[in-house]
Amino acid sequence: MSPTPRTLVGGAPSATYLLRFDGRELTAQAGQSIAAVLWGAGILAWRTTRQGGAPRGAFCGIGSCYDCLVTVNGRPNQRACLVPARPGDTVTTQEGTGHAELGV
Amino acid sequence: MPSSASDTAPPDLAIVGAGPAGLAAAVTAAGLGLRVTLVDAGERPGGQYYRHPAPGLGAERPEALHHGWSAFAEREAALRAHEEAGRITYLPAHHVWAVVPDGDAWTLHAVAGTGPDEAAAALHARAVLLATGSYERQLPFPGWTLPAVVGAGGAQAMLKSGLVLPGKRVVVAGSGPLLLAVAGSLAAAGARVPAVVEAAAYSAYAGHLPALLRNPGKLGEAATYGSALLRRHIRLLTRHAVTEAHGTDRVEAVTVARLDRDWRPLPGTARRIPCDALAVGHGLVPQLELATGLGCATRPTADGTLALALDAEQRTSVAGIWSAGETGGIGGAQLALLEGEIAAHAIAGRTVPAALARRRARLRAFAAAMGAAHRPGDGWTGWLRDDTDVCRCEEVTAGRIREAVDELGARDARTVKLLTRSGMGWCQGRMCGPAVAALAGDGPAPDRRPLSCPVPLRHLAQLPPADG
Repeated sequence: MSPTPRTLVGGAPSATYLLRFDGRELTAQAGQSIAAVLWGAGILAWRTTRQGGAPRGAFCGIGSCYDCLVTVNGRPNQRACLVPARPGDTVTTQEGTGHAELGV
Repeated sequence: MPSSASDTAPPDLAIVGAGPAGLAAAVTAAGLGLRVTLVDAGERPGGQYYRHPAPGLGAERPEALHHGWSAFAEREAALRAHEEAGRITYLPAHHVWAVVPDGDAWTLHAVAGTGPDEAAAALHARAVLLATGSYERQLPFPGWTLPAVVGAGGAQAMLKSGLVLPGKRVVVAGSGPLLLAVAGSLAAAGARVPAVVEAAAYSAYAGHLPALLRNPGKLGEAATYGSALLRRHIRLLTRHAVTEAHGTDRVEAVTVARLDRDWRPLPGTARRIPCDALAVGHGLVPQLELATGLGCATRPTADGTLALALDAEQRTSVAGIWSAGETGGIGGAQLALLEGEIAAHAIAGRTVPAALARRRARLRAFAAAMGAAHRPGDGWTGWLRDDTDVCRCEEVTAGRIREAVDELGARDARTVKLLTRSGMGWCQGRMCGPAVAALAGDGPAPDRRPLSCPVPLRHLAQLPPADG
């Protein structure tokens, strides 16, 4: 068996729960950020840029680069690498500014 | 929980940052009788170096992801004991965005919490220690904005805190000793690492033999990382760089080329390495905006960045403001712990133990040797194409920056920014700053960010009017 991050540190999460990403159900471990849940599911992009519409995801991993912005429960521009995943969160790919509904 | 100490008199010392330097300073200062407020942007103490999973993840052996964990564990235990005794007020999840003078004391403005729970907080203290650490230096290349191209420190941070990997086959590239640690961690956690691609030559250290020989512990650390790579069959390619990442929805392969001494890619040496992720970084940059906002003097360092000018007891050029760790020049966790202890002694008005001062001098000499060996060569811009995005936030290409320099006469990063918007986005130039300065033919400039993180307008609106 090849190692995994979990086999390396041992133990088990105190809870697991579901969240939704673009209609897909993902399993989160208690204590993970939204970005960690997405990486864990093999998802590396959850935003498109304002000009080129290019896909982006987590880059710096520590809250400095703002590339991992995402819409959480309808609120855009949340840093996925910092925001903890909570039970029942609905996460959606953020397109551009995330304020398309404003029509500006 | 109140956001400031409940006593009417301000605490003796506020420390910004609970990484190695801030944490060591806090427990040392409290042990010397000072009342301390320790304020940190993170949820848990330890900073980036000792970043570890949240309690909910239930990791039994967090130390498996760390080098020198006991140095952290001891100080964390001391922090909890001082907190219990009321000597330290520890405020996690508080991002300080400005420090301003307030009579004989200082006021620190912070955003507390994240997302919907954000609130404004103001703290006061008679002295301030800035232990704000560093962030990763990035040099752009074609394809670096593709998903699964991540910071080397970022991959490490996501692994240490979230127990996740960016891919199954991860190339590690850039420059600096962090790459060896990152490759070792990723491989230990189950990723295949086909190569560590290092732009410098480790033989460059040989030019600094005295500094190396005075630091046998540091050499031992390097040997540990080196043997971990050998054991896991990871190739270390020195004097090489990833000059392009390929893929559409995510990275699928990288081009690696040999470099000359100035980091210019050598024609005819390119080859492709398949991968599903790339972890890249070119050393670290001191995070100085709180200090430069106060007018603290800076100095150029051997690695091509700017650091704070500090005296032997960690004083900045501004009376009452102190700093320790990476802000004084990139030097690693051991040095940061030590400088935190030195600063605490000096702030408490105690004589700094001579042994601490000697070790600091030795480790600073090593840091300078390391910095010189990994300083980016001028030729790296040779791997940028005109259509390569340099500013990730504002999607400004190298071509537009070159046009601003060659045709519109920009000679520094600030003018390039005004002409192209590079560095004007969310990250405030942290990701593209060194690259834009290099393209403009400019040296590194001190961080100028009046607010060190985005602050909701309602927080600014709630500020009491200034007295004068």
